[in-house]
Amino acid sequence: MPIRAAFDAAERLLSRIFPPHWNPLLNLGALGFFFFWIVTASGIYVYIFFDTGVTQAYSSVEYMTRDQWYAAGLMRSFHRYASDGLVLVMLLHILREFALGRYRGVRWFSWLTGIPVLLFIYVAGISGYWLVWDKLAQYVAIVSTEWLDHLPFFGQPLARNFLSPVNLESRFFTLMIFMHIAVPIVALMILWLHLQRVTRPKINPPRGLAIGTGLSLLALSLLYPAVSQGPANLAEVPGEVGLDWFYLGAYPLLENLPGPATWSASVVILLMMAGLPWLPPMRKPAVAVVNLANCNGCTRCMADCPYNAITMQVRSDGRPFEGEAVVDPSLCVACGICAGACPTSTPFRRMSELIPGIDVPGRTIASIRTATDAESAKLSGANRIMVFGCMNAGVAEQCRSGHVGVVALNCTGQLPPAFVDYVLSRKLAEGVIIAGCAENSCYNRKGTEWTTARLEGHRDPNLRDRVPRERFKAVWAGRLGAAGLRQEIEALASSVAALGPYAPRRPAKSRTAKEQSNA
Amino acid sequence: MPSVLKFGGQAVFLAAIAVVVGYFSASPRYHQIPEGQSQIKLAIQHGGARIEDCRKLTTKELSKLPSTERRPITCSRERVALTIELSIDGKVIYADVLPPTGLSGDGVSKAYKKFLVPAGHHVIEAKLRDSKRTDGFDFDQRIEAELKQWQNLAIDFNAEQGGFLFR
Ligand code: SF4
Ligand code: SF4
Repeated sequence: MPIRAAFDAAERLLSRIFPPHWNPLLNLGALGFFFFWIVTASGIYVYIFFDTGVTQAYSSVEYMTRDQWYAAGLMRSFHRYASDGLVLVMLLHILREFALGRYRGVRWFSWLTGIPVLLFIYVAGISGYWLVWDKLAQYVAIVSTEWLDHLPFFGQPLARNFLSPVNLESRFFTLMIFMHIAVPIVALMILWLHLQRVTRPKINPPRGLAIGTGLSLLALSLLYPAVSQGPANLAEVPGEVGLDWFYLGAYPLLENLPGPATWSASVVILLMMAGLPWLPPMRKPAVAVVNLANCNGCTRCMADCPYNAITMQVRSDGRPFEGEAVVDPSLCVACGICAGACPTSTPFRRMSELIPGIDVPGRTIASIRTATDAESAKLSGANRIMVFGCMNAGVAEQCRSGHVGVVALNCTGQLPPAFVDYVLSRKLAEGVIIAGCAENSCYNRKGTEWTTARLEGHRDPNLRDRVPRERFKAVWAGRLGAAGLRQEIEALASSVAALGPYAPRRPAKSRTAKEQSNA
Repeated sequence: MPSVLKFGGQAVFLAAIAVVVGYFSASPRYHQIPEGQSQIKLAIQHGGARIEDCRKLTTKELSKLPSTERRPITCSRERVALTIELSIDGKVIYADVLPPTGLSGDGVSKAYKKFLVPAGHHVIEAKLRDSKRTDGFDFDQRIEAELKQWQNLAIDFNAEQGGFLFR
């Protein structure tokens, strides 16, 4: 998809100047929250000096901008620019989630709850422009009310209130103030809902990025302060106005196209957005299954599931463990990250069948081991590399060759780190590559993060010390593309060839016949 | 990339975003109406006469009604449509028949129209028929106005205040 390619390219570019976790494109939602807080704080400050009468509003804003430019005026500009920043990151956030396909399946909930947030932020912003009661406010008031008047709900046309100076009453104004304060509060409540179905949502940008964006908007406020556009005068048409295109970009269309056309277009766009997660419906993969006989209630799967799909409940089989893992099928996306976390997912298991405490039927840990063995059998040379590739990154398959085997995973987080040990100690290959989505941009939210932490030994299950670090590498190939991944593979292939055959410190026994038949 | 360059890159990127935000927050400017034009806005909200006059019910009619609903006078509530005409310098720029609103045609008639005219001297004439007569107008008012560029001349209607109000 071209939008996805554009995002990948932009992310790649930004990753050259920003540290990986600072990349603004990976922090769009968090930046949205950050701007929201700036808007709230600056708005409270501005409100202290704001006069809520329709005639005094303009002069009070002028006072802030001219006489108190260094404080209230600055806050007014900060308020405006952070609101614009909010719209910008919100739209990019929506577009990016769409481009990455992160709106379907169980993610419908976050997608759907995001739509009212978008609308409410727009209503809040538009009502804010109204409050200044300058020429732009007049334009906004007239176009908005004329547009609403196309609906058959209002006995008295709303736009009549702005016919001429004698028609102007302050009741609209009071309504706008109320809306400008109440609507963002409602938006915040829906935002809370928006985050309900994901674990550890990122709602704060990294400090450095927050400071950088905050300072840049503050500098903008100082150098190019937001100003009013002359007092509103209903005896005159605001012939030329400086529109805030982030909020009011559609206004010229609303003004100039027939009402029925703009209303039906708005409704159709809204319905399409709302229906997108089901257009067409996604075939839901078989969700994770708990095998109670192998579950000891360690809670690792619950801690690692990115979608809150696992809870620990009272043991139902009478065995003396704390609890047992239970999967909520409506929340599970079958990423397999839980299976990667389970201590029983070890490819070394010989005595019994390889059935971990939790597993996804579409791609079991046993099938990953079988595929690994089969791939290894096809390889030759002293530079064999086994690539464990996430299907969402989608590039690993293109790298298969005489000395490169590829095993597909639902997510890199599905791979228990013991597989690296397994491949090397069983001499199935001389080197291992784990190829996932772009760093910090995992399709399944947490796969790249957990994989890194497990390989580095910060998170259970971690990779055993005996595994030589120079023989494996995690490559976040989503952004590199197949060519980039191939380069990484070849680099590792030559370096392991130079290292010579791997001799484990404590040789692992080769698999028994029973184990082979169980796999 | 050396860290100084990285830091510089970050600063340039964030500055560029600030420039984009600053620019599009008030530019490019939008022209709602062209230079040299002014606007006439006609906003009518007025109920026409009832189609049927109220009349006394006959005793026979009264006796058919349930006792709680026996009122001696009956009024059909339907109103006539308004006929409206607006001309500028002798040329009709708008003529319409405005049906009453409401399911049974008993509500007010409404019109909300905007017209652009070149700024300058104009003779503006507004006519309205709200009675049951079939030709001619009940209200016919004419003003001469010197419209400035981008001036908004509102034409409202209020029968109690004498008909059309030009403001
Ligand atoms: S497969 Fe993924 S979504 Fe489902 S329970 Fe496991 S970790 Fe959670
Ligand atoms: S990680 Fe495995 S053993 Fe631990 S609770 Fe989950 S299923 Fe049970």
